[in-house]
Amino acid sequence: MAEKISYKTILFNPLSKDNPVITQILGICSALAVTAKLEPALVMGLSVIAVLAFANVIISLLRNTIPTNIRIIVQLVVVAGLVVIVNQLLLAYAYDVSKQLSVFIGLIITNCILMGRLEAFAMSNRPWPSFLDGIGNGLGYTIILVIVAFFRELLGSGTLFGYDVLQRFGYTNNGLMILPPMALIVVACIIWVHRSFNKDLQE
Amino acid sequence: MENLNLFIRSIFVDNMIFAYFLGMCSFLAVSKNVKTALGLGVAVTFMLVITLPINYLLETWVLKPGALAWLGEEYASVDLSFLSLIMFIAVIASMTQLVEMAVEKYSPSLYASLGIFLPLIAVNCAILGGSLFMQQRDFGSVWTAVCAGGGWGLGWLLAIVAIAAIRERVASYSNVPKPLRGVGITFIITALMGIAFMSFLGIKL
Repeated sequence: MAEKISYKTILFNPLSKDNPVITQILGICSALAVTAKLEPALVMGLSVIAVLAFANVIISLLRNTIPTNIRIIVQLVVVAGLVVIVNQLLLAYAYDVSKQLSVFIGLIITNCILMGRLEAFAMSNRPWPSFLDGIGNGLGYTIILVIVAFFRELLGSGTLFGYDVLQRFGYTNNGLMILPPMALIVVACIIWVHRSFNKDLQE
Repeated sequence: MENLNLFIRSIFVDNMIFAYFLGMCSFLAVSKNVKTALGLGVAVTFMLVITLPINYLLETWVLKPGALAWLGEEYASVDLSFLSLIMFIAVIASMTQLVEMAVEKYSPSLYASLGIFLPLIAVNCAILGGSLFMQQRDFGSVWTAVCAGGGWGLGWLLAIVAIAAIRERVASYSNVPKPLRGVGITFIITALMGIAFMSFLGIKL
């Protein structure tokens, strides 16, 4: 029985042990591209939490009525509908950030975290645990995004959330950190640290 | 000439993986050996070449603000651009299904080698990303869209095959620190290749 697993596990496991980005290796695409600055990374994380939680609930409510062979299309349509709503909200209330995120809000649709969680969890669980699972995985994703963005913005521009932190001490910006490949290296370092503490995850 | 220029730029400068990180999920999952990587790469190229022009036509004649003007005066003010995400993903999902059925019927051998990858492609960010970049950049004609699609696809193919070849060697010959094995080292290799690909940035054709 799925209910036997406590809600706490569902909510908190994805934060570290079952982290969607560094353990399940899902949703890398957007995790890397939006992390040059903290602000867009945070907005992206919040958008993913919202979309993931609600998509999980909707799919979980529909799980007994969706025919198996067209389930991918149904899931895509549900997710796409939610992403359109998020996109329009961002355009209305946070126009600058939404310009910085450009296509990556749209790409939440094909974010593998969504499809992965919908397939693996929402299709076989009730709405409330599905909701918690969505929040948990979204948070796990956001944490990684924020850590990566923290290092990239701090070392790349010497600022945090746009406030000057390092430059007043005469720090020279490391331009390489702004470039996309450094996101990969930072994530690799996070994986390195994470896996040295969790030996059972090592390959 | 301009299209050729765009084609080459899309392969090297605007490389989907090294410049935008699109399609990373399948890139990491399917790059363990060269043969399957090649299969997925071909499938992605194929879908990009098909869906990009279709989405371009959809964008130009239906979705853009004022695109419906050809229906008559009263439609000229209609702006359907908020629908574009749903339309694009619908086109991509249905085209994948369609291509899968067509390939299964007419070329069983191709299906045997490509078939398992086709369903994966509906959720590959590189395909939807291609369409979204197309929308952002205002391409001039359908041919531009075809060239960009082909270029992005080939760039993706190049990247996944190269990474798969390196991973095969790394897995058997090098002594990677334990926690980095598998995914970690692949990230670092991809990053180094990405930095190498940046040397193409200054090239003007």
